Amino acid sequence: MKAPISTAVAMAIGLIVLLGYFLQLDLLISLRIVLLEWAVMLVAVALLVGVANLFYVHWRKVATSQPNNLYSLVLIVMLIATLAIVGWFGPTHPYSLWLFNNIQLPIETSLMALLVVVLAYAGVRLLGRKSNLLSIVFVVTLVLILLASGPLFGLDVPGLNELRGWIAQVPAVAGMRGILLGVALGIIATGVRVLLGADRPYGGN
Amino acid sequence: MNTGLITLEILGMIFILAFAGLMLVVALLGRKRPARRLREIPAFAKLNRAVGLAVEAGNRLHMSLGRGQLLSQQSAVGFVGLSILDRIARWTSFSDQPPIATSGEGTLSTLSQDTLQKAARSVGADYDPSRGRLAGITPFSYAAGVMPVIHDEGVGANMLIGSFGSEVALINEAGERAGSLTLAGTDDLSGQAVLFATTQEPLIGEETYAGGAYLGASGLHDASLVAQDVFRWVIIGLILISVVLKLAGVL
Repeated sequence: MKAPISTAVAMAIGLIVLLGYFLQLDLLISLRIVLLEWAVMLVAVALLVGVANLFYVHWRKVATSQPNNLYSLVLIVMLIATLAIVGWFGPTHPYSLWLFNNIQLPIETSLMALLVVVLAYAGVRLLGRKSNLLSIVFVVTLVLILLASGPLFGLDVPGLNELRGWIAQVPAVAGMRGILLGVALGIIATGVRVLLGADRPYGGN
Repeated sequence: MNTGLITLEILGMIFILAFAGLMLVVALLGRKRPARRLREIPAFAKLNRAVGLAVEAGNRLHMSLGRGQLLSQQSAVGFVGLSILDRIARWTSFSDQPPIATSGEGTLSTLSQDTLQKAARSVGADYDPSRGRLAGITPFSYAAGVMPVIHDEGVGANMLIGSFGSEVALINEAGERAGSLTLAGTDDLSGQAVLFATTQEPLIGEETYAGGAYLGASGLHDASLVAQDVFRWVIIGLILISVVLKLAGVL
């Protein structure tokens, strides 16, 4: 095994945190809390490293005149401006809130609106791409839920709301629970692999 | 302390220990037996082909790791993404167009750089730190940061394995427009519904977590699939017994 020290440290800390959840021993609980507080700090530092990496990637794109480097230049200017304004005045100052409310919020809302169009188009295209029973069920269910969820030109189709309720509460919940059980088992398997050192996302492979 | 809560915690620990024990037993027995045949998941079959084609055609592979936070249960799917990134980076780091990784969380970004660096070092290739990138930290800024990577950097195949919500549709659309293959899996339920409608090869439910086994990572990855199958049947059995007991008026 390469890098045995990092692997042993990661496995030991993982075990302490896991046992701290299950066994109500004061020492284990205190250790778990301390280790999780350290992890929170590391996550914050990693975010700063990530932002520095974002700056570096776009700086290089501008410096080497790569395609669409104008967008990178806008990103760099806005990153510096936001850091300066929020850093100087604080996150709750009107200038900082202006940046959030008048730049970030409208852009994200526009992307959300674009997402609606993309999803509607994908729903239509699905039958052309995968014309099988599952796709038909998917699209029919989607149309039924949409019709029952929004106002239908003032019309009241008898039974539509009841059908929507039944779909949402019976088949949808049954399928959702099945998928969630599979996801939960997958999470446990991944966690155990990390604890046993088979997966080493922290380095040491 | 609530006695019922303690009992549940002990049961939880027994469940995890039994799961780990079964994995170890299956992994040890698997050393003496021929390799097990895994159920075919089309997405992973296509991934293997896509890796080969991308290297031959001089295209780049793009891996997106999502926005799973390290201190939440979403970290597991992020780790699976890193495991797959490690495998494909080792296969393709020597090519003219080594793979790129994007992520929407600081720790995942740092870990992806570490993974790419290790893979490059293992095959004696150069490492460029801009290949592991933080694309954005909110759902839509992340999608907006990933889309230009797909358009501008000669990407032949996209693998989206991580925690994604409905914003993943925008990333898939970018892949469609660029004419690149997209394989995707997420732990998020709404994200999975979106993937079913928008991706050529979606990974549903636990399929996402099977990536390591299908890419031949290690015997413990195969063993974890066996343990998942066994425990799934145990849970199904318990649910059915509970239904019968409830109908009989015992519960």
